[in-house]
Amino acid sequence: MNRELKRVTIVALLMFLTLFVSTTIIQYVQADALAADPRNSRTLYESYSVERGPILVNGTPVAFSQASDDLYKFQRVYANGPLYAPITGYIPVNGEATGLEASLNSYLSGQSSSQFFDQLNRLISGQDPMGASVDVTIDPVLQQAAWDALGDYTGAVIVTEPATGRILAMVTKPTFDPNAMAVHDGAQVQATYEGLLADPGDPLFNRATGGDMNPPGSVFKLVVTAAALESGRYTPQSTFPNPATLTLPGTDSVVRNSGGGTCGPGAEVTLADALRLSCNIPMAELGMELGDAAIREQAEKFGFNTEFEIPNSTEASTYPRALDEPQTGLSAFGQYTVRATPLQMAMVSAAIANGGIVMNPNMVDAITAPDFTPLQQFEGSEFGRAISQDTADTMVQMMVNGVENGAASNARIDGVSVAGKTGTAENGESDPYTLWFTGFAPADSPQYAITVLVEDGGGLGQEGYGNLIAAPVAKQVLEAVLNT
Amino acid sequence: MTDQRTAGGVSTGTPPGGVRRIRVPQRLRNTELWLLLLACLINVGAIVLVQLGALGRIDTQVVLLGAGLSVLVFGLHVAMRFVARDADPLLLPVATLLNGLGIAMIYRIDIADGESGWESASVRQIVWSAIAIVAAIATILALRNHRVLFRYTYLSGLVAIVLLLLPLVPGLGKAEGGAQVWIQFGNVASFQPGEIAKIALAVFFAGYLVRNRDSLSMVGRTVLGMRFPRARDLGPLLVVWALSMAVIVFQRDLGTALLYFGLFLVMLYVATSRLSWVVLGLSLFIGGAIVASQTLDYVGNRFANWLDPFNPERFDQDFGGSYQLVQGLFGLANGGLIGTGWGQGRPDITPVPQSDYIIASLGEELGLAGIFAILALYALFVARGFRIGFAGQDDFGKLLGVGLAFVIALQVFIVVGGVTRVIPLTGLTTPFLAAGGSSLVANWIIVALLLRLSDTVRNHPRLVIDG
Repeated sequence: MNRELKRVTIVALLMFLTLFVSTTIIQYVQADALAADPRNSRTLYESYSVERGPILVNGTPVAFSQASDDLYKFQRVYANGPLYAPITGYIPVNGEATGLEASLNSYLSGQSSSQFFDQLNRLISGQDPMGASVDVTIDPVLQQAAWDALGDYTGAVIVTEPATGRILAMVTKPTFDPNAMAVHDGAQVQATYEGLLADPGDPLFNRATGGDMNPPGSVFKLVVTAAALESGRYTPQSTFPNPATLTLPGTDSVVRNSGGGTCGPGAEVTLADALRLSCNIPMAELGMELGDAAIREQAEKFGFNTEFEIPNSTEASTYPRALDEPQTGLSAFGQYTVRATPLQMAMVSAAIANGGIVMNPNMVDAITAPDFTPLQQFEGSEFGRAISQDTADTMVQMMVNGVENGAASNARIDGVSVAGKTGTAENGESDPYTLWFTGFAPADSPQYAITVLVEDGGGLGQEGYGNLIAAPVAKQVLEAVLNT
Repeated sequence: MTDQRTAGGVSTGTPPGGVRRIRVPQRLRNTELWLLLLACLINVGAIVLVQLGALGRIDTQVVLLGAGLSVLVFGLHVAMRFVARDADPLLLPVATLLNGLGIAMIYRIDIADGESGWESASVRQIVWSAIAIVAAIATILALRNHRVLFRYTYLSGLVAIVLLLLPLVPGLGKAEGGAQVWIQFGNVASFQPGEIAKIALAVFFAGYLVRNRDSLSMVGRTVLGMRFPRARDLGPLLVVWALSMAVIVFQRDLGTALLYFGLFLVMLYVATSRLSWVVLGLSLFIGGAIVASQTLDYVGNRFANWLDPFNPERFDQDFGGSYQLVQGLFGLANGGLIGTGWGQGRPDITPVPQSDYIIASLGEELGLAGIFAILALYALFVARGFRIGFAGQDDFGKLLGVGLAFVIALQVFIVVGGVTRVIPLTGLTTPFLAAGGSSLVANWIIVALLLRLSDTVRNHPRLVIDG
């Protein structure tokens, strides 16, 4: 009997060993992954019991934690909440965090692996644990100027630094006050959240990096022009037939230029003029000649079909797969199912301004531990080269022409050379247009790439157009920082 | 089968006289006393730490209530000084410590839920613990020789069946959490007779197998080097298998079925030394479980949750989803290596954190270190039980000791393995820790039986040493 007993003992031993292993796997090996699961409310509560690090704009906190004597030890406060809402996001007591509060939660709450020894030190020395501070790339002057310039429009403004990809301003409207989402009463947070969700203006959308996802319209012509020049088969002087209407092959769809007539005088029009005057028919012809594969390849080099983490998550702008010829024609002037975020269009302008190299967009400069040891420093990183230096130089000139004596004339600033492109995109038979401006300044040594998006036709329905509404917004923002 | 030589009649080998009892100091009991003191100290400390961690102050009333329990445990200790002076010195301190840690965690959950007084689970648990320890004292006083149980083999079997059927009696039974395993006494208390049934089953299996093992082990044909039993000897295995399947189908209780069947298989194997029984039994059970997972929704859900708990569809499912399993994992992960400390975690987020999920609650607040300590306590308890099996002289006592020890090991494995995704999650109580009166009473009676068995083993030194 004892031989059997011995075996049963071994079986029992193995059962216990299995449990030692399984608990170790969960509590040690998988612990970090489980803590990072967005459904893990314990991580959230945990993050409320430490003093979260502040989010700083030019050294001034726009989000910080204040001692609180209720259920939670700290109250999160958002200074100038609505202005910085798309950057900071919020962290509620129930539900999911958003913005930097979500994307950098491990640093802000002091839970990141690089802070482990710091926290251990604080534990041993009896100090309360504290999160790291985050310095963002936002320029408060530009941010405020963008807020003011956008006024009551539904839309977004984004300004980036072409050489580094740093985001200098990001404004979206309508917006909300994140302080309302940071109260410690879960029911109240839920009510606020549901109210924001139900709001027809969709204030929770960050229209600079996602949200409604608008067709880019004419600003997409930059991508098609880039593809044409990169192919080596076209120059700005290449010509296209110049009819007043174009029926897309195999369909009844008729393409018109925005003016209604031909693209300038003459039976033929150059690529340079087509872009300067923002004509649809020559672009549709060019697009069909290039084919959807070449346009898609160029668009993806600029960042289309990629979700960037800045480090907040963003929506990918899309150039659709497998188009037939008429669809390709429509896509060439930013219609059909092409969709773009202001962030994406800012990347296109910034790449042209930056000699053809696309920088990864980013809005964090540095993350610093409470004892001032730097945990992360962000240098610019390259996404890749979208176009050659030559193509970039050519396009800068074409975009400068567009502002100086073309369709983007309302972005002109005295004494500064501005490069730009407007867009007026259709959303449906009778829906209001989506208005765009994208560009950069000064054109000879670009410091700011800016993209403006205005939805709902800027309140003018189908009467509004990019140069009327969006270009002046860009002009006003740039004037705040360019000495004139 | 060397034990057959010594089965029965060994008591004549006792050295002469009760004089020995007076002369020899009670070394084992003194060891036990010190360990008990340590266990009680830890238990009271745990309650104090819970109060400091979760309340921020000390509530002496609850501390006294917890300390009052220690008096009863020492009562059991004193009783053993008279009637079981050679019993194992580790079993009682280990059970006491586990019981106390369980009370501390249940109390901690009560604080989180804002429960206090007689309505709270912790006070009920303390009362049930008192009842359970009194039952253990009664057992050890009343049962001076475990071989008495051998006489009641078939009565035990009958009792087990009746206990299992009770919850299915209309008007008496009560379903909770989907399982039909409770009986309700008015509004006062509910009881899970299946817990007591596991003791009755162990007694029955031990007695039955000792009587019939020859026919179960000697004959049969050999296939692939294993001797398989004759078809007509398959009866007992099939009966127990059918019983387990009935528990799955009618009581909707997968864990209990696995527990009973596992207990039977192990005792059958030890008694007959035929591996073929284990192979046959496991095949039957696995086959039954697979059929059940395909045909019974609740079993199918448990398998699906086990395989893919993080699937949002399973996580968000209103009934029978993986929410509890995943929250338990989150809790354990939150505990990490050293835990959050008593009262500092959030075990109350997980459903039923004080009963089925108490091990996850303890893992969250005491960490992997705490879980290891608790598992080590169980392993120690089980090892002491197996020791009785190795050292025992009569086959009935050996089998009973092994069965009772193994049932604790298997129960821990089923619960903790379910929580940590080793096996599908099934509803079973964690012995001594989890909130639940019937489980406490049953497990403390097991403590008393093991103490009695171990006393007999030491009291009657073996005359023949196994080769």
